[in-house]
Amino acid sequence: MAIRLRGASIGYGDVPILRDADLTVQRGEAVAVLGSNGSGKTTLVRGVLGLASVLSGVVEVLGHPVGHRGERGRVGYVPQRHTVSGAVPATVREVVGVGRLARLGLFGRPRAADRAAVIDAVAAVGLTDRLKDPVAALSGGQQRRVLVARALAAEPDLLIMDEPMAGVDTASQETLARVLAAVSAGGTTLVVVTHEIGALSGVLTRAVVADHGSIAYDGPLAGALPFSTDGHHHRDDQPMPGGPGPGLDQVHLARSPHRAAGGR
Amino acid sequence: MEILDYGFMQRALLASLMVGLVAPAVGIFLVQRRLSLLGDGLGHVALTGVAVGVLTSTAPVGTALIAAVLGAVLIELVRARGRTSGDVALAVLFYGGIAGGVVLLSLAPRGQATNLDAYLFGAITTTSTDDVATFAVITAIVVTVVWLLGQRLYAVSDDEEYARAVGLPVLALNTVLAALVAATVVLSMRVVGLLLISALMIVPSAIAQLLARSFRQALVLACGLGLVVSVSGTAVSYYTSTPSGGTIVLLAIALFLLVTAAVTLRDVTGHRRHRRRAVIHAAHPHDHGDDCGHPAVLHGDHVDYDHDGHLHAPHPTDAGVHYDEHGRHDITESPAGRSGT
Repeated sequence: MAIRLRGASIGYGDVPILRDADLTVQRGEAVAVLGSNGSGKTTLVRGVLGLASVLSGVVEVLGHPVGHRGERGRVGYVPQRHTVSGAVPATVREVVGVGRLARLGLFGRPRAADRAAVIDAVAAVGLTDRLKDPVAALSGGQQRRVLVARALAAEPDLLIMDEPMAGVDTASQETLARVLAAVSAGGTTLVVVTHEIGALSGVLTRAVVADHGSIAYDGPLAGALPFSTDGHHHRDDQPMPGGPGPGLDQVHLARSPHRAAGGR
Repeated sequence: MEILDYGFMQRALLASLMVGLVAPAVGIFLVQRRLSLLGDGLGHVALTGVAVGVLTSTAPVGTALIAAVLGAVLIELVRARGRTSGDVALAVLFYGGIAGGVVLLSLAPRGQATNLDAYLFGAITTTSTDDVATFAVITAIVVTVVWLLGQRLYAVSDDEEYARAVGLPVLALNTVLAALVAATVVLSMRVVGLLLISALMIVPSAIAQLLARSFRQALVLACGLGLVVSVSGTAVSYYTSTPSGGTIVLLAIALFLLVTAAVTLRDVTGHRRHRRRAVIHAAHPHDHGDDCGHPAVLHGDHVDYDHDGHLHAPHPTDAGVHYDEHGRHDITESPAGRSGT
């Protein structure tokens, strides 16, 4: 089991954002986490990553309680930001190499296999010819791909991405979809927080919709599409108990190019 | 050289060599982490350690090391646990450190009059043989730890949230870095001084940042620059009879201004050349294309044209097609500079 939440409340300080959530993600699944701003979708994955506090209930990742050393180096993460922003310059190879470190323990030195994994990850996102370039010299979309490569370099069992499509041009979106399809085919569990499915509709199969701090829908991706694109007009037709809140009309799934362009 | 005939100068130069090498090697991670003034704060804390050493007639280098490392660990715990009061807690610790140092030193018996200036701003005559031995041990430890953990320290300094998410031991690594800073502060207390050491951690890294392409390059360059300004500043202070710490830091800052000016000038002339070429190309008899006669060269994600030995990258502007110079090799430009190509 990749992720298991049982009655989990997750938040910051002692304020829960996501309350009493149940969720099971099996290994190899490809899940979209949807919801409007403030719905709790980002808090959900931050809880899984150990970046938000589990206030009550159970959160298990890859069979261990969150934060357990057993998951170290097996989780890949692409954070929700567009650029790599260190004060000191670093090359693509150096940034992506960081993705491999958690597997090596505190003192382990990178071996040939580790270096090869870094090269492969950079190749997967199509930046091989920029390997030795400073990351700051790359375009915004290319920097996003560097962060994806950093997560891939870990050869993770679970790959979590927060808004990977936001502010990324169409070509980079298609590259990303291709990469994720290959990663998913290799057996890696995918969890993608997103406003826009866009090019990922062929990759992600299941949708979890968060709304007002609870999980409002959990099922096939196709089942999440009809209501979330039309907003509250079809509320009576919602296939889920409780129905989505008004916030859901901000969840743009099929039609979203304006968001893709405006995110930066 | 006359300067090497004196034992105190030999020791001062040895100490400056070590601190010049080590301070930027630690400081570059602080720059990356945007925590440049941690060294300054720990310098304050170390002063209380110095005072305790003077009062109890033990070697102040040892007591300063203990105080600074304790302060460093405390700071990391406050940062990890603390909420809004973290900032205030740091201020209390730092200023408590310097106030405690000044008050305790004033209580020292008259016979042990202490030159506070020497601790704060460095003095070449103060390094003892025991100090040099202690400094050598500190240098060996810091260099070894940076060599072993450098990539991990970089990872945590660069993106702490990511490091935490993938399971790197963030608190342990941050504490190690803070302890390295503390050790470096103590290493500085003879030649550079507790109030000026932060500059030797930060300024060489800031210079390297302007010139390097990779983090590794920046690290090596910063250490080299630190070593040069530290040793030469110490030598200069012998001839000018100025405090060594102040002299070293002024040299470093002069170098920083020089390099900044050179880099700015390079960028400006680059833009001017760009504009001049644009004028030439405005009178260009043709646009580059499939049949212009200039070989097309695949360059990253676009096609350039080999034009009399340099690469032309076309991009449309309001006034028609404009050609950027992309040189023979891959040129690093800001994303904005590339946007139209």
